Amino acid sequence: MTDENWKPKIIAIICNWCSYAGADLAGGARIQYPPDVRAIRVMCTGRVDPLFIMKAFQDGADGMLISGCHFGDCHYLEGNYKCAKRMFLVKNILKNIGLNDNRLRMTFVSASEGAKWGEVMVDVVKTVNELGPSPLNKR
Amino acid sequence: MVETKNEPRIGVFLCHCGTNIAGSINIEEVKNYAKTLDGVVIADEYQYMCSTPGQSKIIDAINENNLNGVVVAACSPRLHEPTFRMATQEGGLNQFRFEMANIRDQNSWVHMHDLEGATEKAKDQVLIAVAKARMLEDLQPKSVPVEHAALVLGAGVGGMQAALDLANAGIKTYLVEKLPTIGGRMSQLDKTFPTLDCSQCILTPKMVDVGRHPLIELRTYTEVEKVEGYIGNFTITLRHKARGVLDPDQAAARAAATGILGTGCNGCGDCDAVCPVIKPNPFEMGMAPRKAIYIYHAQVMPLQYTIDFDACVKCGLCVDACGSEKNAIDLEAVDTFEEIKVGTCILAIGFDLIPIEEKREWGYKQYDNVITGLEFERLICASGPTVGHLIRPSDGKTPMKIGFVLCAGSRDNTGGVNKAYCSRFCCMYSLKHAHQIMEKIPGAVPYLFYMDIRSFGKMYEEFYYRIQNEGAKFIRGRVANILEDPITKNLIVNTEDTLLGRPVAMEMDMVVLAAAVQPKPEAEHIRQMFGVSKSQDGWLLEAHPKLNPCGTTTAGIYLAGVCQGPKDIPDTVAQAEGAASAASIPIHMGEVQLEPYFAMCMEDLCAGCGMCLNQCPYGALDLIEKNGRTVMEVTEAKCKGCGTCGGFCPGGAIKMQHFTSPQICAQIDAFLLKGGVN
Repeated sequence: MTDENWKPKIIAIICNWCSYAGADLAGGARIQYPPDVRAIRVMCTGRVDPLFIMKAFQDGADGMLISGCHFGDCHYLEGNYKCAKRMFLVKNILKNIGLNDNRLRMTFVSASEGAKWGEVMVDVVKTVNELGPSPLNKR
Repeated sequence: MVETKNEPRIGVFLCHCGTNIAGSINIEEVKNYAKTLDGVVIADEYQYMCSTPGQSKIIDAINENNLNGVVVAACSPRLHEPTFRMATQEGGLNQFRFEMANIRDQNSWVHMHDLEGATEKAKDQVLIAVAKARMLEDLQPKSVPVEHAALVLGAGVGGMQAALDLANAGIKTYLVEKLPTIGGRMSQLDKTFPTLDCSQCILTPKMVDVGRHPLIELRTYTEVEKVEGYIGNFTITLRHKARGVLDPDQAAARAAATGILGTGCNGCGDCDAVCPVIKPNPFEMGMAPRKAIYIYHAQVMPLQYTIDFDACVKCGLCVDACGSEKNAIDLEAVDTFEEIKVGTCILAIGFDLIPIEEKREWGYKQYDNVITGLEFERLICASGPTVGHLIRPSDGKTPMKIGFVLCAGSRDNTGGVNKAYCSRFCCMYSLKHAHQIMEKIPGAVPYLFYMDIRSFGKMYEEFYYRIQNEGAKFIRGRVANILEDPITKNLIVNTEDTLLGRPVAMEMDMVVLAAAVQPKPEAEHIRQMFGVSKSQDGWLLEAHPKLNPCGTTTAGIYLAGVCQGPKDIPDTVAQAEGAASAASIPIHMGEVQLEPYFAMCMEDLCAGCGMCLNQCPYGALDLIEKNGRTVMEVTEAKCKGCGTCGGFCPGGAIKMQHFTSPQICAQIDAFLLKGGVN
């Protein structure tokens, strides 16, 4: 598994109003970050079913990022709280099945935090690179 | 309509965006890759997909290839999704059979020097978009009627202008102000730059217009308690703070309800004269006294006294002074609530000065003769505490050498109370202050300690020249500290004259700090109620800094004035008019289209456990009995489509339209099982 050509497969599920807008802002500001993360847009992180995360890890994802609005800023009042609560559950499950729960991360990036989005990207990729390929990686 | 068969027939269109995308991504390679994907029948590219020929490519391809799904790989869906949805619709497909891959803002622009990595990512982005496009369904936007009324929060010059524009356009407008009077910051100013108009003279006609307008419902001494609903149908709960004084209308209502007679407050001021409680007057920046029963200033609108119940000792002297004929005072008044329904809202909630006393080196609140620009306005104003005689607070003498510290807390990214941004109007008002001193006090000399003079507006630079010619002294450099001579109470300003390249220490009779501005403390709570984001510096965030400066990301909420970012009066009024125009559009249209991202209950999967009910922040979900079973039902009008219920349902019985679990899982699977380089 320690193939030198290995590149991490990281999925991000991000909310339309804050993190997706923040990621767009990073683009406008030409903030450069590593290209290893693939984003899926949802309206709110509240949409994130724990099963999506389990599915991704089952499929061999090396890392996963859920990113929403700051607490209190949710476009739908409290979807991000609900999601954050679920993260504790999912992280527990990951630990219990022997996966390092640092492979899953939740961040809060607002629509005005393009630079922060860049930092999150760098950090997530770094973390997953250090952890190496997921033991569930099929290839 | 083109027949949409079950078999996916997807068209993929790649945009070069000039070199924005094509400069960092190998478009040809992505196109060839897209052609290999399951369900893709055509992959094409164009310089600018958003242009008319670009859109025509989509329309033609839909017809020629009998497509049932369209993927455009270009910029952000937050920018051009509506454009391409329209093109999809023009091609004869349902507009929701469109999916976008963001290969510019989230790819080529952020991986500019990694052609290989960016191209691989773009391939995956197209793969993920195609995976979703294969599963898209026809949806119909939901049309909802718009309430023919608007809310403007904050009745400063911006809020008043917005309210007047809306009302003049025939829209009933609630103008809500937390202070007992409308007028805002501008009513505290003496003169306005660069015309030197008397601020009150140009403001009070507007205040009168607002007060008289039949379509403006004025709600002073009122705060927003709760915001519910969405564009077209906001339900706003207002808290009318206990004012303790009834206006004639309220007195008439009381007479009708309880039989207690009285004509209500006519602003005579008899109560003020007898009130024994004295407090600092916030309108005069604390430099004059105010009673516990007060009017905010001489030109208030409405002319109605207010009791400060935090200070009132309820002695009842004012009740006696008011007399039984007017009988306007009710010392037992309590807050009351009102629910209003509006279609759109404008936030014009203004600003505060930073707590400049926290910059200890400049001595504000330590040394008597260091004041802020706003205090200067009151001291130089003929209606102010000194009836327009500028005096030193320490000894009442007329100052002859007055220092102005510009960028006091602005353009300073050292943290603390300092602000990295330019507060935009301090240069100009300091120039105006300099002029006023030279005009009012013969022989007095203003010294302006500045970093740069930013006189950007119409006739502003000319005003700057005028003040230079009038004899004001300009010293370029940020003031290091201000020290007080304990005997004379004069102030020593230590700075570096960067044009001479040497440190200077100058003795001043008085120093005026042009303090930076910052958002009001309550702005945080207000923006969260209305669902508005904030910029990094705390100001309310506009929908787009250039192309939508009055809108917000929450449909139906607009911004005006300094609450969106520092601006002077002309810019505030201009933005207010823009916001009023934007806010009137949905109202005049009469209905708005909402995206149909509603939750749906798949009743055969629903076990009726009801655990989703608590997930919904809008109370859109209910349990009902149907065919002998308990199932969940969604009230579409309340559902905003966040999907929090769908992310939680243990039975997978909730379908979030356009963001269904099978669609999201297909996106995840596509990348992890088929995508990636290894």
